[in-house]
Amino acid sequence: MSEFTVTVFRFAFFVILWLFVFGVAGVLRRDIFGARRGPRKAKKNKAARGSSRQSAPAQNQQTQNQQAQPAPVPSRPAPRANPGSIRVTAGPMAGTSLILSGAPVTFGRAPDNTIVIDDDFASSHHARIIARNGAWVLEDLSSTNGTFVDGSRITAPFDLGIGTQITIGHTTLETQS
Amino acid sequence: MSDSVSQAARPRPYRLAELGLIILAIVASTSAYALVGLGVDDAMPTDIYGYMAWLTALALLIHIVVWWKAKYADPVLVPIAVLLNGLGLAMIHRVDLGRVEFLDSATQQLIWMTLGVGLAITVLIVLRDHRWLRRYTYVSGFLALFFLLLPLIPGLGRTINGARIWIGIGPLSFQPGEIAKILLAIFFAGYLVAYRDQLVLAGPKILGIRFPRLRDFGPIVIAWIASVGVLVFERDLGTSLLFFGLFVAMLYVATSKVSWIIIGMSFFAAGAVLATLLFSHVQQRIDGWLNALTAEEYNKTPGGSYQLVQGLFGMANGGLVGTGLGEGRPNMVPYAESDFIYASFGEELGMAGLFVILLCYLLIFERGIRTAQKLRDGFGTLLAAGLSFTIALQVFVVVGGVTRLIPLTGLTTPFLAQGGSSLVANWVIIALLLRMSDNARRPVDEFHTGVLKITEDPDSTTASARRRKKSADDSDRTDAEHRNSPSDRTSSDESPTTVHATTPADEAVTTNLSTRRPSGPDQRPTDEPTQGGDR
Repeated sequence: MSEFTVTVFRFAFFVILWLFVFGVAGVLRRDIFGARRGPRKAKKNKAARGSSRQSAPAQNQQTQNQQAQPAPVPSRPAPRANPGSIRVTAGPMAGTSLILSGAPVTFGRAPDNTIVIDDDFASSHHARIIARNGAWVLEDLSSTNGTFVDGSRITAPFDLGIGTQITIGHTTLETQS
Repeated sequence: MSDSVSQAARPRPYRLAELGLIILAIVASTSAYALVGLGVDDAMPTDIYGYMAWLTALALLIHIVVWWKAKYADPVLVPIAVLLNGLGLAMIHRVDLGRVEFLDSATQQLIWMTLGVGLAITVLIVLRDHRWLRRYTYVSGFLALFFLLLPLIPGLGRTINGARIWIGIGPLSFQPGEIAKILLAIFFAGYLVAYRDQLVLAGPKILGIRFPRLRDFGPIVIAWIASVGVLVFERDLGTSLLFFGLFVAMLYVATSKVSWIIIGMSFFAAGAVLATLLFSHVQQRIDGWLNALTAEEYNKTPGGSYQLVQGLFGMANGGLVGTGLGEGRPNMVPYAESDFIYASFGEELGMAGLFVILLCYLLIFERGIRTAQKLRDGFGTLLAAGLSFTIALQVFVVVGGVTRLIPLTGLTTPFLAQGGSSLVANWVIIALLLRMSDNARRPVDEFHTGVLKITEDPDSTTASARRRKKSADDSDRTDAEHRNSPSDRTSSDESPTTVHATTPADEAVTTNLSTRRPSGPDQRPTDEPTQGGDR
């Protein structure tokens, strides 16, 4: 085979290699470049309003959220005006978030909980959030040190709204839309 | 979920993207193999289709298992591992062709890769939830020690190139230290997650830095001294450095105290000075590093800087785009297929190729740390951070050594270098990271843990099981009440898991959960007394 062909192959090989790297980067775009947008929706928004491209990612996110608020009414009678996700705002697990979607979410020190709270002030199975009558209900599972909602200890199951602060041990969680 | 916000936040599996990237990785690996043939023999290798089929079969197999068992796992880990492994195979084959005698090391390596992928698949199928590993914290600690000690057993251990880190059974040899690395990461993660509060809050404060009490810190110091001591006896300081780095990094992640890094660094500095004074081979490495380009060091045998300098010359010869696969002379460097494979790549692929390799490692590390961040339990966070840190540190030590940034130590380049044990261990690490990233990204209603129960199942919770669970709950509660004294801490922390592991109720739970039941809140009987059945 001629020298030239081999050289062409060599550079074609580099193209494949870098294509791979950029392919990976493309898949991870949201993670690597930090712009947190929804997958398809954000793109459409951008196409519709070219100006939003210049705005900061955080702002972009905000506008998207605002647009998403009057979203089409869901077909299911499931929890709706209720929180859609829960976020750990303080404590060792700060930054973790979880989408509430049907299944119960449990909190506690034992490793089989949905959110494991490694804290001496948390019980093994401390509290949980379950769906009941179309609402998300926070229940304390007879924990030793109690579950606090907006600063006061709960004694009965508590119906969660958006923006509620739940405190378990040193960990604070917040319900979000 | 028809809510648009939730849909935007809901993770997508990205499995098709993974498939695309895997195909690209296979194309790249196969063309590397073909280019090696073209460069050396001026003809396509005859076994190119067989090679491609083998690689494709392995990659697709693990892809299907990931799709089946870990649908939400990170989509880029498998393609990157396949690409690095394929590139390594091509380079090993190339060095083999340049040698006087043809050893067919590429086929051997491919067999090891098959074993590695097989183990990774086993891990993905058997290990349904990484939290299950936490039950075996101390078992892994002891197993790690056992594996580390294996090469010291007379008759079983083998000394190759001055380091006694191999065991040999018949013609096969294996480095148990590579497996010990993973086990130690599990041990550190399980231990630190249980004791991190004590490590941070209790203990005397000296010079503004809070030191832990000996009682909290004892086991981990013993584990560390043992592993490092063993490695000093086995004369493999690269691995010892790796373990120490892993230990410090995991302590830092667990406690988020910068003081640990400072303490770790000073410990390391003291250890390095001591090792230099005590061991002649360390002294040799340092001399060869500092005065690499003097004639005296270059011509010294054994232990001169010949290998290092030849590697540097090779990389310089490669330049920006390299000489082309099969057209350089990587065989000038001793161990061009294992320790110095990075230099071989530098010569034949140049900087453009090396950057692809480094970016691949960076991406693995980024995905690992990202998984650690997203995971909802401290154990997983620590384990993911620890495992990805091992890969990163290993790459740093090897690449730094080859490029003369730091003294040369005998570590393998993950996935690239020839050596079965390292390859197998790295595939297991990838499998663990896949499993953890699957757990981190999976929506709660699709959780399938297999081992640990997180959702209730009203139909299957029989009355007796419920009663048993209630009593277990009660014992938990009393445990929790007595937890104020620190000495009870260990037992109370471990008991929920260990107790349930043995009860028949847990067996039932295990079988229940092996089938995934995505259940919406509206399908659930709302008046069901759920208190007892919940775990």
